[in-house]
Amino acid sequence: MTRTLRFFFLMTLASFLLTPLLIVAGVSLNNVQQIRFPPENASLTWYSYFFNDPDWMAAFINSLRIAILAALASVSIALPICYAIWKYASHVGALLDGLARLSFLLPAIVVSIVFLVFFSWLGIIGRLEDIVFSHAVVFATMPLATIGMGFRTIDPALIEAAALMGANESDVLRTVVRPIITPYVACGFVFVFIVSLNEYIIANMVSGFMIQTLPIKVFNSLRMGFQPTMCVGAVLFMLVGIGAFSLIAVIGDLPKLLGGKE
Amino acid sequence: MKTSWLKQSALLAWPGFLLISLAAFPFLLLLRISLAPYDPAGLWAEGFTLSAYRALVQPEVFGAILNGIELSASVAAASLILGFPLTYFITRMRRRAQILWLILLLTTLTLSDVLIAFAWQVMLSKKIGLSNILVMLGIMAEPMSLTPSRGAVLSCLIYLMLPFSVLTLYPSLSRLDNSLVEAARTMGASPFKAFFSVIVPMARAPATMTVLLAIIFTMGAYAPPIVLGAPKQWPLAVLIGSTAQAGHDLPRAAAMAVLLMLATATIALFTLLLTGRKKRL
Repeated sequence: MTRTLRFFFLMTLASFLLTPLLIVAGVSLNNVQQIRFPPENASLTWYSYFFNDPDWMAAFINSLRIAILAALASVSIALPICYAIWKYASHVGALLDGLARLSFLLPAIVVSIVFLVFFSWLGIIGRLEDIVFSHAVVFATMPLATIGMGFRTIDPALIEAAALMGANESDVLRTVVRPIITPYVACGFVFVFIVSLNEYIIANMVSGFMIQTLPIKVFNSLRMGFQPTMCVGAVLFMLVGIGAFSLIAVIGDLPKLLGGKE
Repeated sequence: MKTSWLKQSALLAWPGFLLISLAAFPFLLLLRISLAPYDPAGLWAEGFTLSAYRALVQPEVFGAILNGIELSASVAAASLILGFPLTYFITRMRRRAQILWLILLLTTLTLSDVLIAFAWQVMLSKKIGLSNILVMLGIMAEPMSLTPSRGAVLSCLIYLMLPFSVLTLYPSLSRLDNSLVEAARTMGASPFKAFFSVIVPMARAPATMTVLLAIIFTMGAYAPPIVLGAPKQWPLAVLIGSTAQAGHDLPRAAAMAVLLMLATATIALFTLLLTGRKKRL
């Protein structure tokens, strides 16, 4: 009885989660410029349209560029903070960690107004770098969490043993700390990359109508009427996401990286 | 001691610079701008005034806040009612099944809220949507468009929040000691009884966190209500966006953002007080 109930519950939720993804993928394969599902005469027409349209490609490339740079910058914020907290029990580090957490805990629309006001005040609204740094700061919480978790898994006895055997500080860093931390850094990087790739409201407010990212372009075309091209963008993002997370599952321990039991 | 201080400063200079100049300072700037007079020609004018706050006292803003509160209460409840058992079941699955579920949840996270809102719009449309299935099942007389509606906004927000709630609950539920549940079962508790008397109390902190995240997320949601809701169902976030972008009134948008923050903080505190009281009982 409970077993059937559980099965039914899980199946319902799985289809709840899968249906929108399937619909987006299905519509992207349509042959005509209409919403049809299941697709009729499935074809890759809209894919070739997407890759040959300079506007869509520019938006796609902007999104990728922003996401990579934001993820790098975010890790460059998180890694030193986590290291300082682990190595020196740094109070300043803990303070900065809290600051990053707070900015993540503000409602998204508030954060986007904060950045809009700030970049307008500086007179540099509407640049790619604005979106990069906004995302890097707001999403720094994610690498801070994963990398912090990584440092906590380092067994102090391992460091002591290395020191006893005559390793100096940089040897310890290179041979003990780096291999343990790397998957956690990669995981934090991927999280920021994915979230930044899909972020709409902050990018939209900061872009000042001058830069289009894929989510901005999709939102605008949504309001102008239906275009199957936007589903192509969605499918590309989905594939990137599935690829990235499957990769993490293969090279790392996904349940452990998400804080599960070993 | 001195060298450690030097090393720390060197380490933290760059993160500190970024976080202070891009998080702490802009936040203070927002507070300042909310007190500036409106300047139709520029960004804002010099001086201090409360006019942006005074302009907030109107039924439109009040209604929008109520919409937000109503939505966030429903999203928070749903993300717990659905997310808690889901996470619990996932943590008890075999490793491979667990990883598959986690990848599915993370993949839904990879899609922009804009795209998810669009997918829901398609799903609820007249031509190919859910209503056609309901007609086939004989529940509805004829297909119809189910958007814009409150239910559509709500479903989409629950969809977007569910993966976050699972990821928040996952660490503590997966560390939960199985033998405690078994002990309760051997002593004659039903599975439901064991679940509510053993597991739920142990996961109170992450459950509270889930509720808080759901509230913050819903109060700040912008795209789903625009795409799936009617204007009278729009929360304050949408008004803030249009005030800033279409109206170019930054002081007013800043004041609204401060108001939204206060409203969110109030509900969050209220939630914390409620869960705190339960703990003492």
